[in-house]
Parts: sequence; structure tokens; C-alpha cells
Amino acid sequence: MLTRREFLTLCLTATAATGLAGILTPFLRQAGAEGILPRPPVIWLELGSCTGESISLDNSRNPSLYQLLTEFFDLRYHWLYNTVQGDAAVRVLLDTVAHEAGKFWLIVEGAVMTAANGRFNHVFVRNGEMVTGLAALTEFAPQARYIIAVGDCAAFGGPAAAHPNPGGGKGVWDVITDRVIVNIPGCPSHPDWMTGTFSHLLLYGLPDLDAYNRPKMFFGHTIHDKCQRRQQFEDGIFAAFPGGDGCLYKVGCKGPVTHADCPLRQWNNYVNWPVKAGAPCIGCASPHFPDGTMPFYSHLPGIKTRSVRVSVAKIGAAAAALGIGAVATHLAAGVFARRIHKQYLDGTKPGDPTPPENLAQVKQELDDLIRRQNALLSEARKIEAPAPRRRRRSLLKRLINFWRTEDKTGKDE
Amino acid sequence: MARKILFPVTRIHEPMRVDVEIEGGRVTDAWVGSHLFRGWEQMLVGRDIRDAALFAQRICGICSSAHAVAEALALQQATGLAPTANGQHLTNLILAADTIQNHLRHFYLLTMPDYAAMPDTPPWTPHPAKHDLRLPPQATAALQDHLSAAINVSALAHELMAMFGAKAPHQQTILVTGVTRQIDADTVKAATALLREIRYFVEGAHLPDAQLLAAHYPDYRAIGKSGGNFMSYGMFPAPVTGQRAFKAGVVTGGGPVEPLDASLISEDVRYSWYRDASGGPPGAADTVPDRDKPDAYSWTKAPRYKGLAFESGPLARGILNGEYRQGTGAIDRLVARAQEALKICRLAESWLAQLVPGQPTVRPYELPPIGEGAGLTDVMRGALGHWLKFADGKILHHQIVTPTTWKFSPRDARGQRGPIEQALVGTPVADPGSLVEVGRVIRSFDPCFTCAVHVINAPNAKPLII
Repeated sequence: MLTRREFLTLCLTATAATGLAGILTPFLRQAGAEGILPRPPVIWLELGSCTGESISLDNSRNPSLYQLLTEFFDLRYHWLYNTVQGDAAVRVLLDTVAHEAGKFWLIVEGAVMTAANGRFNHVFVRNGEMVTGLAALTEFAPQARYIIAVGDCAAFGGPAAAHPNPGGGKGVWDVITDRVIVNIPGCPSHPDWMTGTFSHLLLYGLPDLDAYNRPKMFFGHTIHDKCQRRQQFEDGIFAAFPGGDGCLYKVGCKGPVTHADCPLRQWNNYVNWPVKAGAPCIGCASPHFPDGTMPFYSHLPGIKTRSVRVSVAKIGAAAAALGIGAVATHLAAGVFARRIHKQYLDGTKPGDPTPPENLAQVKQELDDLIRRQNALLSEARKIEAPAPRRRRRSLLKRLINFWRTEDKTGKDE
Repeated sequence: MARKILFPVTRIHEPMRVDVEIEGGRVTDAWVGSHLFRGWEQMLVGRDIRDAALFAQRICGICSSAHAVAEALALQQATGLAPTANGQHLTNLILAADTIQNHLRHFYLLTMPDYAAMPDTPPWTPHPAKHDLRLPPQATAALQDHLSAAINVSALAHELMAMFGAKAPHQQTILVTGVTRQIDADTVKAATALLREIRYFVEGAHLPDAQLLAAHYPDYRAIGKSGGNFMSYGMFPAPVTGQRAFKAGVVTGGGPVEPLDASLISEDVRYSWYRDASGGPPGAADTVPDRDKPDAYSWTKAPRYKGLAFESGPLARGILNGEYRQGTGAIDRLVARAQEALKICRLAESWLAQLVPGQPTVRPYELPPIGEGAGLTDVMRGALGHWLKFADGKILHHQIVTPTTWKFSPRDARGQRGPIEQALVGTPVADPGSLVEVGRVIRSFDPCFTCAVHVINAPNAKPLII
């Protein structure tokens, strides 16, 4: 059997070359045959969703959906796949809840629609009575072994709960408060994030979760940390329009404030991901998505501290001058202070602020941030002081600027 | 007379309830209801116009790229911007890959269990009591083999989409003037190989399998006819000329193909859970949800063209383009869909061949602060329209009429049934307990209620003739 450490390493590094399925499937198949690991009964409950998570899971290559259905899961109820319909399907659902209480996994896709006491979303009919998604969830959740919210909507409300949220969309954990909900966000969730988490649950139980209940093995780093265009950010080479070469920070990339492993993992059999395709990250795995990360094509705010003001136009120079990571540090600090979040709600109204990361983590990261921001401030003062005296740009400076600015006409924002 | 409720109708997308009245072994009347309200148009108002495509695309995760394509068309009309040649081909390729994916999944995962025995494990077990399976064992075994292959090939189709669209579902690269993905010869080569693999499957399995079902279920050529009205907005515009590979048009009551005039589209809310003041052409008053409205039974509005209900989708496109003449029943929808998947594979190959590596895929632009436009295009399931109006770079009005709204509309004020309600009337019922035949007719339309958004705020849409 794989040790847990080996498994985590796999999850962190899994790509087409070293896929999870190739290594996991034989284990699971053998364990299943020996009766060590029975396929868990699963109920997939779809609420206020776009079915995107189911479709994303269909795209899974690692293992494939077919393997998942025939070897990993005992998927008793998912209205997208059940052969029976109507009353017979409802019977399957209710029988599973009754006979597998304490054993079945409840996977929820889509936000819980709570407006009008849930009547904006009905999911089945029982004895002639329409049952709302809200009622079904609150009825089944206490019986479930694990409750897993897949996609940003189920985890945090997501697009289905965007302002003004007429349907009253909420994340599962806002409704079921007395159970641990494993949140696998993303719009949609990467199939590996889902199958990896399912496999961990199957083999070792609950994975390590961060304060947003996201498995740390997939959501432990920011996009910015692992981005292939990170070096261009450091060098101050920025794209002036989506699709251009260079870092996409100025055209709205939310990579610095979004936790997910897209740059390493990539999407759809690991062929591509937004920044590689020239599109800025829109922060779809973030708890603030979409209201908190809109407008998608507007850049994160410039650096403003008491003594220094660096506009976006100069952020490349600042990054080069202030040292690696200083600017990203500042952005992260902005998120902690919810400054960025606030600025991003222009045109939309904020919901309740999302809860902070877990306390120990917040403390450690804040200490770190304060230390680094102090360094940033002192560096900033150094740059700031001689600035007014310099009237003409030296040839060297012009040369440097020429190479740093992507737009050679010098037309910056 | 017995009234039966079918809820949930499984193997479609999202909550759908169907009530049927059965007399003498036949359906005599039907009501189709959608049971999810999220309020997308209300959410769109006030947002940055540049975000509309990526946000609206979250309406539906099955045909996500469709909304981005329609949004780009609407903004092209509003601003006069045009996509680059590469950009238009890539946009078409993204939508084509998404469409093939949808058609394959619809056939093998959603429809096939109605006609053939599936692997003996949940979610495919249990079966309905009287299943009426007619295929010989050998054919069933072949179909089951194709099932696991189809799951992988549909994932390949999404891989192709992701090559140009960054990821699937919910691509991220389509803009008004093209696609942000730059093109090199390497990518074109890889995509061509991938597409060929997909085409082999569609050619060698999907289409023959659909024809096999048609051969064993010939009675379904007569069952499930929607009333003879078909429409299409056209699909896949060419660069520069804008000429669409699938033509736009309407057929009324089996008559000749006529041009489509978008100003004749109107909507009705008599049986929808909205306050009444919102009938008439798209562009009328605000619509307010009213879940307690008497007699209403759906969150879907009832769109009508010239006051009539219209079917759109692969069958309608096949008829309007003169490529499908076998019939208009439930099984014809499956065959027309498979035939279309093959045609789209071939079209996509030609677009790949026309890509010029190194040429721009997108042209930088700035949107004017004010604008108004309509983007009408056919997508995988039928006719999709986005109407929008913006000022100060923010959305003032946004309206979306999706394929599902057309096909699964409830009755209108004149009591006229929606296309699927009409198609269900006359369907034979062997076992009122399992209603297998009713399920077959419904699924042949490829329903998707995630898409069944409805109109909240409508601009004064300009008459638009495609």
C-alpha cells in the first residue's frame, strides 16, 4: 500500500507522466477485490449549479470517469447518470440514505438556494410532495460519512450566489454548520482535485485542510508562486493586452491572490491553463469568486503605503528594485487586510467578509509579511529620496526601460 | 385517466419535472417544469462589460463556451470590432470541440441507457421494470465497449477545446477580437492529430450506433414529433465575410425555409413564476419572480416566434441546411445529432488547416463606454441569443434566451404547448410506473435546465435579420 506521504507527493506532482491513476488503480482494484476497501456508496446531490463539476469529472483522465464509476465508487444516485427515473430514482436515493446511513458519501454540487425557504430549487418529489434542495441537504447531511462540496458554488456560494443573489445561494458549510465539509473549489474543480481528494478519503481519511476547508495538497500555494510567467513579473515584463507576451498582472491576473496549483498541474489532460493561453487568472478557486475578483481584466491595486506610492505602470521597476517577492508580499498583505477585496466590489456590493485563515497560519504568515513589508518600506524610502533631483533620464535608465516595457511605444497605463 | 409525475427526470441536466396525463395507453397531455432559479440577468446588471462573457458562461457548465461566443458576437455588433482571421477560426474551433463533446456525452451517457443494457453496476442499476430493450446481445456488448471509449473521446474533445480555450469547461480565452491563445505550428499539429482521433470515433462508432438504434426502434420516427416548426440562428461564422457554416432560417409547419427576423421573437409568462407585466417582445418591462403565482409551473418563460413555438438544435439545423430528411421523431434527433457531430469534425479540420501560425489571434482594443448589441448564434443545443446594453463600461441590461427556453417552454397565454409538451402528446406508455417512452422523447431533445435562465431586463432589441 502507498504510504500517506507517498500519496501526498504524488498528488503534488501528478502530471501526465506520473499520473495518479496508473499507480492508484491497481492498489484500489486489489484492495477492492480483497474486500479491504469496499467501494463507498455515494450520493451526488446537484443543487443550484451549472453541472460544470460533473462535466469536469467526466474529463478526468486520472482515473477516467469509467474507472471511477466501475472501480472506485458505488455511485448510487446522481441524476445525471441513473438509468431509472422519477419515483424509482427517488427510491434509490432514499434507500441509500436509509440503508447506508453513516457509510455513504454526500457529494454536493452547486450552491444551496435558500431564498423563499428553498423553494427556488426543488430536487425530487416524495409522496406527492415537492422537496427542496435545502430540505434534502439538511435531511441527508447528518447521515453521511463525509460531506464534500465540489466547485466554488457548493463550497462558497460562487457564481450562483453573486450579488444581488436573488436565489439566496449559499455554500454548503453556511447551511450545515455542525459537520466538517471538505471544500474543493474551482470553477469548475479540476478533476484531479476531486479524484485526489476522494482517493485520500478512501485510503487515509480526511486530508489536511486549510481554514477554508480546502485540501492543502492542492490549494497550498498561490498561482503566482508557481506561475511560468513569474520570471517576467520579476523582470518587469508585462503584457499590455491579454494574449501578449509577459506577465499578465497588468491585465487583471488574480494569480497573486488565488490559491491553486493550476500552473503545475494544468487542465484537461494537462495541456493548458489560462495564463499559458494568454488569459489572466480570474481567481475562480478563490472563496471570493466572482464578486471579489471582478473586474476580471482590471489589475490588482497599486502599492500604496504611507511613504510610497507605486502605480501599476511602475510595478515592474518596483519589483526589480525591491527584491524578489516584495511586491507579491504586499499584495498578499492587502488580501489579509481585505483592502483588495473591498476595492474589487466596484459595481457589486460586498457580502459578508469571508472568515480568515486558521489562526496559527494567519499569525505566522502575518509575522512573515510584516518582516518583509518593513524591508520593502525601507527599500522604498531609499528609492524615493533621490527621485525629485533626477530630471533627465540617463541613457542607461532609458535602455533598461526599453527592455522592461513590453509596449515599445512607451505607452503605459 | 391517470396523471403521473416524473421528477426528477434523470440523465438530463438539472431539475426537470414532467407531468403527463395518460389515457388508453397514450399520453394525452403534458406539462414541463424547470425547478431552479438563480437569477443570472439580475446578477449581470452593474458588472463590468468586459466580464460579461466569463460571468455569463457560468450559467451552464456543459456548453460553457456557447455563452462566451454569443457575448463576443453581441459586443462585435455593439462596437463594430471584428475578430482576426485566426481568432475567428479559433473561436469556431473552441465551440466545435465543445459541441462534439456534448453530442458524444449526450448519446452515450444520457440517452443510451434508454435503449441498451448498461454495465451491471450503479449508477446504471437498477433498471426500470419494463425496459423494452430490443438490441441483440452482441450489439449490446459492442455498445458497452463504445461507452468506455466514448467517455475518453469526449474528454479528448474537451482537451482539444482546452488547447485553445485554456481549460474546459469554462474556457477563458475568447475576446471580442479573437482568442488570447497564440498559435504555433506545434499546437496546430497536435490539435490536428487529436481531432483526427475524435473523428475516427464519431465516424466509426457514434454515427453507426445512432443508426443502429434507429434500425431497432423505427417506431420512434413517428413518436416525439414537436409540431413541425424549426429554427436556427446559424452557427460558425467565417472570418471577414461572417457567412455561417450552418445557415440561419426558419421552417413553419413543414413549409419552405424562410429567413429569420429576430424582431418577431416575443416571450410569454402566463405559466411561469414571474409577475405578469412582462409579456411581449424582448424589451418589455422588468420581470419579478413570483413563486406563488397560481397556475404557473415553470421557471422557464415561453419564447415564441411569430406567436408560435419552435424547436431548435441539431435536427432543426439538419433540416434547415437540407442535410437531414429522414424524419422528425425522437430517434431522428439522435441520428441528426451524430451526423452533425461528424460534419463539425470535418469543418474543424478545415479551420485548423486555415490557421496561420505567427499571425495575430487577437487584436488589442478598447471598448467604448456606451454600446448596445445582440449576439445570436446557434450552439450545441439550439438557438442562443444575448441582448445587451452598457454605459460607463457597466452592464445596464442583459438578456439571454437559451435553446432550452425555446424547447422546454411551458404553455403560453393562448394555451399553446411548448415543443416538448407537444412532442409528448401521443407517446405510447406501456408501463405508467416507469414511463420509459416518455423519458426517451424528453432526452432526444438534450435538455439542460442550467441554461433555462429567463429574461429579467431586456434592452430595446433592434430588429436583426441574419
